[in-house]
Amino acid sequence: MQRMVRHSVWVTALVMTVVLTAAACKKKAPIARPTAPPAPPSSTNTVPARPPAPPEAVPEVAIVPPEPVIDSGASSGSLDELNRNSPLRPVFFELDSSDLSTEGQRVLDGNAAILKQHGTWTITIEGHCDERGSAEYNLALGERRALSARAYLISLGLPADRLRTVSYGKEFPFDPGHEEGAYAKNRRAHFVITAK
Amino acid sequence: MQMLHRTFWTILAAAVLVALPVVESRPVAQQQEIAPKISNDTIGQQPRLAVPDFLALPAMGAASTDAETADVAKTISQVLIADFEFEREFALMPKDIVSTIPAATSVNDVPFDRWREVNADGVIIGSVQKTATGVRIEMRLYSVRARQASYSREYTGAITSRRLFAHQIADEIHQQQRNLRGVARTKLSFDSDRDGDRMQNTVEKRTVKEIYISDYDGENQRRVTTQMSLNITATWSPDGRSIAYSSYRRVQPQIFISNIYQGTLEELTKPPGQNFTPVWSPDGTRIAFASSRDNNFEIYVVNRDGSNARRLTNSPGADITPTWSPTGTQIAFTSDRTGAPQIYVVGVDGLGLRQLTHESKADRATWSPAPFNEIAYAASTGPGNDIKVLELASGSVRQLTFGEGTNESPCFSPNGRHIAFSSTRSGKTQIFTMARDGKDLRQVTRSGANYHPNWSN
Repeated sequence: MQRMVRHSVWVTALVMTVVLTAAACKKKAPIARPTAPPAPPSSTNTVPARPPAPPEAVPEVAIVPPEPVIDSGASSGSLDELNRNSPLRPVFFELDSSDLSTEGQRVLDGNAAILKQHGTWTITIEGHCDERGSAEYNLALGERRALSARAYLISLGLPADRLRTVSYGKEFPFDPGHEEGAYAKNRRAHFVITAK
Repeated sequence: MQMLHRTFWTILAAAVLVALPVVESRPVAQQQEIAPKISNDTIGQQPRLAVPDFLALPAMGAASTDAETADVAKTISQVLIADFEFEREFALMPKDIVSTIPAATSVNDVPFDRWREVNADGVIIGSVQKTATGVRIEMRLYSVRARQASYSREYTGAITSRRLFAHQIADEIHQQQRNLRGVARTKLSFDSDRDGDRMQNTVEKRTVKEIYISDYDGENQRRVTTQMSLNITATWSPDGRSIAYSSYRRVQPQIFISNIYQGTLEELTKPPGQNFTPVWSPDGTRIAFASSRDNNFEIYVVNRDGSNARRLTNSPGADITPTWSPTGTQIAFTSDRTGAPQIYVVGVDGLGLRQLTHESKADRATWSPAPFNEIAYAASTGPGNDIKVLELASGSVRQLTFGEGTNESPCFSPNGRHIAFSSTRSGKTQIFTMARDGKDLRQVTRSGANYHPNWSN
């Protein structure tokens, strides 16, 4: 037992020298949290019982306070009736396409006439996609469709600053079905009156 | 003389072990003979690890243990086993074998012979004790062959941190024993429509999505945004204290940064144009994103504070969904400049553009952290998408999902060994994780529909 104690102490001293030398070399500290140094030895039984040195404090699970609420601007309540029975019709598109068909152009001709009658209205053109394709790519495709409709309207003489676009990709399908009939309804540029 | 010889090799072993990046930079106090790491007799086999239930000790000054301490002990053991099973570095010994060994009465009392009989290579003995301010956990990882502790720790904290104790132990043991950065303390973010809130200022019935976070294993799911609008594509800052995301609260999508432990909010981008899919550079100083401010979606890079926005791409196609290389010098992204969307890579200086994929369609690249050099993405395969992984050095591609619903929006874990992704295989879109070889599939969310997972450091 005594021999083992002497052995342990000697080993410890030598190891300490090595360890301190190594520690003196610059090592990148781990990003992580502080850890306690390994415990000192004890030689009372075959399993060196190590009462650990200063315990490691495990940080509390931090509470996540909710975000501050931002006022998103005036409510559009007064326009709801108008948009529920909107005279402005949506334009539909082929798969993966933002090209206007002949029918699409006709619809936009009609929308343009109405918008010219109501010169104070401002419009948001929403671009939508069917559920195929990735969510992220559909955000871009939706924007293309909205821009396509907008460009045509501008070419008919409507002022650009009255026409805003937003893309919802495949986030808000009009028809939740999973077959072509539903898909066709979802590939659209949708008109919302945002001010009158 | 013989003892001297053995001592010399011990010192050498100690020097080698100390050189590994597991010791913190403060001067180390007394350290005795380093016990060998636990290992299997057979080279290449995983060490067999037993994790019996942690001991519930009586509180200081109490005569016997109480139910709450017992519950904490059980939880820590269960979570620890789950964390080890997740990384698949240890072969966990089955519970029915582990329970044949009588429970230890303290962390220093280990019947090594009994553990040897059942072929355990390592055993973790731990204890839980209530203190005046919380709990104290003692833990020893013993090498059965060497009959010594290979790793010892003591922890203090609140009782409510019970899962976190286990996660910390698992991470430390993975680091110390396997030189592996574990993910037990990492988190996921995603967007969810589970609250069923309706979007305002529209006559359509639209359910909003809010940003949620959770532990990597799906526990502790909690909501971050309260904006009653579409909030999607969140990503963690490298320091894990902020989340950038795309929000439609201003009608057109803009990028917001939520500093989640302070409850503060920043607006990174402003009109004109739509800005979304923010991703943080590995050093946290810049954010790449897609913007239509020039009337066409291009990739931009901006400083964390919103200054110095630079455009990186220039094509009439849509350039979207960027992801940073681990060194922060390159960005992979999606572009449909040649027709169908494919994954491209470009240097952060705008040079060196090249096409990486040749799928029918590919999107949502995510670049693996070290030590791997791979990019996972969603490829169009039939009616839906599947996750594929491109190994950059060899150019080889492997497929990880095979038409179980549509599988999209992959994101690597910070150690590159796992991928979080969304899948419709169980009905509504949910968040899943799998290992980088496609195995070990786990479902993370079950409530509502959940999208766009991101994995914190």
